[in-house]
Amino acid sequence: MLMIPCPDCGPRDETEFGYGGQAHVAYPEDPNQLSDREWGEYLFYRENTRGLFAERWVHTAGCRRWFNALRDTVTYEFKAVYRPGEARPDLTQGES
Amino acid sequence: MAEMLPEHPDFLWRNPDPKPSYDAVIVGGGGHGLATAYYLAKNHGMTNIAILERGWLAGGNMARNTTIIRSNYLWDESAALYEHSMKLWEQLPEELEYDFLFSQRGVMNLAHTLQDVRESQRRVNANVLNGVDAEWITPEQVKELCPIINTGDDIRYPVMGATYQPRAGIAKHDHVAWAFARKCDEMGVDIIQNCEVTGFIKDGNRVVGVETSRGRINAGKVGLAAAGNSSVLADLAGFRLPIQSHPLQALVSELFEPVHPTVVMSNHVHVYVSQAHKGELVMGAGVDAYNGYGQRGGFHVIEEQLAAAVELFPIFARAHLLRSWGGTVDTTFDASPIVSTTPIDELYVNAGWGTGGFKGTPAAGYSFAHTIATGSAHPLNEPFALDRFETGHLIDEHGAAAVAH
Ligand SMILES: Cc1cc2nc3c(=O)[nH]c(=O)nc-3n(C[C@H](O)[C@H](O)[C@H](O)COP(=O)(O)OP(=O)(O)OC[C@H]3O[C@@H](n4cnc5c(N)ncnc54)[C@H](O)[C@@H]3O)c2cc1C
Ligand SMILES: [Zn+2]
Repeated sequence: MLMIPCPDCGPRDETEFGYGGQAHVAYPEDPNQLSDREWGEYLFYRENTRGLFAERWVHTAGCRRWFNALRDTVTYEFKAVYRPGEARPDLTQGES
Repeated sequence: MAEMLPEHPDFLWRNPDPKPSYDAVIVGGGGHGLATAYYLAKNHGMTNIAILERGWLAGGNMARNTTIIRSNYLWDESAALYEHSMKLWEQLPEELEYDFLFSQRGVMNLAHTLQDVRESQRRVNANVLNGVDAEWITPEQVKELCPIINTGDDIRYPVMGATYQPRAGIAKHDHVAWAFARKCDEMGVDIIQNCEVTGFIKDGNRVVGVETSRGRINAGKVGLAAAGNSSVLADLAGFRLPIQSHPLQALVSELFEPVHPTVVMSNHVHVYVSQAHKGELVMGAGVDAYNGYGQRGGFHVIEEQLAAAVELFPIFARAHLLRSWGGTVDTTFDASPIVSTTPIDELYVNAGWGTGGFKGTPAAGYSFAHTIATGSAHPLNEPFALDRFETGHLIDEHGAAAVAH
């Protein structure tokens, strides 16, 4: 089971959380302007990164708040958590 | 000691070095890659082809699945594809000259709520109209077919009936892979293991080869059959797939005398069970919630499926969990596969079979081989094209496929 670091509550068991998939997918500004292709992409296409992935979680059985996380989808290790609206942290700095 | 060992039996396939060039290469040596190469050689006369597998043959989901084979899907498009697969399964042991223990012991999909009952009966009716053997059975008939199921009404989710497909069943997955591999090899297909595809070589918008960990290989056509890693390959090739990769786990108990004569699945309480030929109880459930390529998942998922299994089958309370494992499954948003051309010329994709592609192995290979050889879809896989996510012609099989692999 994953131990997930909620930004509000600290580390908690995975069973307390719901998963929200890829983070930073904005609702289209003007859906009427989209082609079928673009609308299909918005609805059905999500990144499926092997490696560092920005994703959403909700602490359903805790503070009930959504947050974003950077997690490695191979090791499942959480590298960072941050609040919705905040930019994706840059983890490349300081790494060789 | 070594002198006392018997001779190694004949190898089922050669282990050739890659040639500089092939008419077609298939990326991924799981069941689907093998079946595709088999039908390319057999039905389309393409024998100057290779399967490129980054690990060992059929060590991915093909080695990890719970081998349920059924064709009782709801929609016409799916029923046609999976029923074609079923018919191929029925002839393959003879055709491949290999008894891979295809056992048509029937599959039951239990209903536990009024909604379940209505949806199940609708699916049975749809199946019958599509020529798929399916019946609705009462709790008494459930008990007759599988006496160890608790059909009492004092459990949290009593059994209210089930759909039953008598021709469904299980097969031995590794033998299926070896059976295809041997025939492919006999027809001249090169099976190349430890050969990871790391890039695609293009001439304009047309793929002309692949970069691999064993060097560059030119190819007239390239077919992707990489299951959980399909998105990674599509990224390398320069197109996108509407796929999310998830961990999916399964488990087995120690060996028992035969107690479980059929296959029982329940979407509602989230478990499915069969008993393998050797005697172990084989169980699985749904995917872990998050995206993951790690071939492992959380133990709480196993715990939940065991709890459901023990309620349905009280005698399992004495069984021990021997082993659990995980694979990486390629799920789509309509729970249906993609067998399709791609935006790149001569590059084809077979993916998105998610939690239920073992049963589809023969039909995937059959229709994907047709698509690769001719450059266009077979009627069976035409509805399963990539562009359905743009046209809106989705084939929503969540009802028939959720936990039910
Ligand atoms: C636990 C579990 C239970 C399941 N139960 C069932 C079931 O009961 N019934 C059912 O119908 N289905 C079931 N499935 C689903 C089924 O296993 C898959 O849909 C099916 O195996 C996918 O096709 P495949 O055999 O070709 O995949 P795989 O065996 O995964 O083959 C893909 C291959 O591609 C290779 N590959 C990936 N990237 C590269 C690269 N860059 N270069 C070269 N090679 C590469 C991989 O190493 C792998 O060998 C289950 C799956 C799991 C994990
Ligand atoms: Zn919290």
